[in-house]
Amino acid sequence: MNRLALAAALLASAAAAPLAAETRRIEPAQGAAALQEALILAAPGDVIELGAGRFTLTDGLSLDVDGVTLRGQGEGKTILDFTTQEGAGEGLLVTSDNVTLQGFAVENPKGDGIKSKGADMIVYSGIRVEWTGGPKATNGAYGIYPVESTGVLVTNSMVSGASDAGIYVGQSRDITVSENIVTYNVAGIEIENSRNALVENNIASRNTGGLLVFDLPGLPVMGGGNVILRENVVSDNDTPNFAPPGNIVASVRRGTGVLVMANDGVLIEDNAFENNPTAHVMVVAYLQKFDDARYNPYARNVIVGPNSFGRGGDDPQLEGKEMLLAAFGGALPPVLWDGIAQGDTGLRIAEGVTGWTLSLKTPGQSIAEASPGPLMLTPIETWEFPEVGAPAALEARLK
Amino acid sequence: MKWPAALLALSLATLGGVMADARLTAPPVADAAITGTAFPAKLSEFGFFADGARQVPAARVYPYALNTPLWSDGAEKLRFIYLPEGMQLIADGEGLLQFPVGAAILKTFAFGEGAERRLIETRVLLRRADGWVALPYRWNAEQTEATLALAGGRIDLVTPAGEAISYAIPNKNQCKTCHASSNKVTPIGPKARNLSVRWMGDMLKAGKLDRLPPGGATMPVWAGYTAKSPAEPFARAYLDVNCAHCHQPGGGASNSGLDLRWEQSDPHAFGIGKRPVAAGRGAGENEFSIVAGHPDESILLYRMASAAPGIAMPELGKASVDKQGVAVVGRWITEMDQ
Repeated sequence: MNRLALAAALLASAAAAPLAAETRRIEPAQGAAALQEALILAAPGDVIELGAGRFTLTDGLSLDVDGVTLRGQGEGKTILDFTTQEGAGEGLLVTSDNVTLQGFAVENPKGDGIKSKGADMIVYSGIRVEWTGGPKATNGAYGIYPVESTGVLVTNSMVSGASDAGIYVGQSRDITVSENIVTYNVAGIEIENSRNALVENNIASRNTGGLLVFDLPGLPVMGGGNVILRENVVSDNDTPNFAPPGNIVASVRRGTGVLVMANDGVLIEDNAFENNPTAHVMVVAYLQKFDDARYNPYARNVIVGPNSFGRGGDDPQLEGKEMLLAAFGGALPPVLWDGIAQGDTGLRIAEGVTGWTLSLKTPGQSIAEASPGPLMLTPIETWEFPEVGAPAALEARLK
Repeated sequence: MKWPAALLALSLATLGGVMADARLTAPPVADAAITGTAFPAKLSEFGFFADGARQVPAARVYPYALNTPLWSDGAEKLRFIYLPEGMQLIADGEGLLQFPVGAAILKTFAFGEGAERRLIETRVLLRRADGWVALPYRWNAEQTEATLALAGGRIDLVTPAGEAISYAIPNKNQCKTCHASSNKVTPIGPKARNLSVRWMGDMLKAGKLDRLPPGGATMPVWAGYTAKSPAEPFARAYLDVNCAHCHQPGGGASNSGLDLRWEQSDPHAFGIGKRPVAAGRGAGENEFSIVAGHPDESILLYRMASAAPGIAMPELGKASVDKQGVAVVGRWITEMDQ
């Protein structure tokens, strides 16, 4: 109580005469309330430093002050432990702009790990979100979850065990997701209903699906596109799907490297694919019925450039698997397209890229009507694609 | 739970004798505490109550009730509006009443009946010059004072339904999680459609409300629900009051695309045949927010009927399940045309 009174007094004086940005350090021994108070009482520009050790939290934390840096001693040293969480939909909720989250771990949140909503110009760096019991349907949905934001950088972070997506960026713009490691999630990284996203130099391994780029109907923000997947390692994504059935990712086949669903403009180049047993790359229209005049269900202007395609497609989770494997000589070629094109905006491939198509015609058409066959597209030699990614100021913040 | 019903019958002019005496002798509300920039450490610094433990309001602090209230683990809620001298509420159609700078809204949460009643917390919304500020105050065991609880807190208690729960007092940010529209703090409760004609009439007569708004008092009185009541207005009112502060455009759950406001008329927007977006395991085995005729396949009801964090909705302010709420919304879904 004394601390509360002191905190209130501090705030009163801060409000009366704004102080210069300061650094406040919170140690695990001070407890969850001290940490939450510090987040509430922070002034714009402040740094809240978390000491090494384990904070035990029974409720979600939240930050609603612009320009705050929340910095731990490293993802292996400062741990926010939500194993005994009793309330709130996520471990940490950020609703303010220009926030930097750095160097701490969130373990076993009951819902999502870290959610930032309407939080522009946010940086996640050196964060770990982990469900330590391994992949389970009872784990929370998203690990790192920025949504409805402009300017997002997620870098040098790790997520493991998410029952939906490890790193999920939704309904946002100007995004970079780089140098992260995502393992044992249903989806490693998912870019959904978002524009201008660069996903590069990540490792996505042992998920059900590695990298997902979705555009879905019925949401406040739609029209996803201008997404580049570049220089990622996408390997061994062979974990059986453990998502709760109602979710869109529950339809992802075990062994998918990259899955593009709908969207306008996706470039997939210079990635290394290895041992994704269903398909290294899958490009499809939106599958389900929808009632939304604003929505375009086609995958348009998707380019599969040069990539390194290792072993894969040799144990696909697909109907008619045995027949398909026999037809293609024991393994399916790396790119699977449903064949559904809107005008001349259908899939394009670079020289040397091989694949197969379901030869479907319209979004939502039954897969029973597929007539699988080799992909017979004329390779393109050059292509233009816009530069995308987070504003340079976000990367600069980490230097 | 008797207080809100009793309150409906209690006109502003007929406060009991003891209450009236206390109100006459109490010092006036400290306007500077409301309009200043600080967060007062003690609830008593505002002077909202002539007798805090008995929740006897000071002068110009007006009790009110909502037709359909937000359910919070069965807590008894005592609601008050403070208006500075000479000021009044401005009606804005069926929507939220407009409050002058210097006004305040109070809500005290209590458990237990009669002499056993214990005040747990009083949540305060202050209308300052630059907008609303939300602050939680936690009552002490002696019931003599409530202290600012910026970081919230937890308290073990037994609900009226007999369930032992860990009750969560929200932290200041969590106040905003519900009380936010387009990232600004805003009141939720006192909308004309959810207030009684009688209360608005009394306020009008006292000069504390500028007019009786058209569209007022249209939401049903939840306490009057019976098996013969039509399910739809009760269910829609319940969802508006308990869910729509987040589930609306600009609200905390806007990215879900689910809009549970009373005025939303598009069935897909309020959940029928709508697929989840970020529900995670909150979806259970189900594919749609609402499946007409099938409450057992509807995510919305599944989450209402759960108290497990990560599944339960609402995410805040709920540690147990509102069985009546589940029953009414379930009946509404059951009776829908398929």
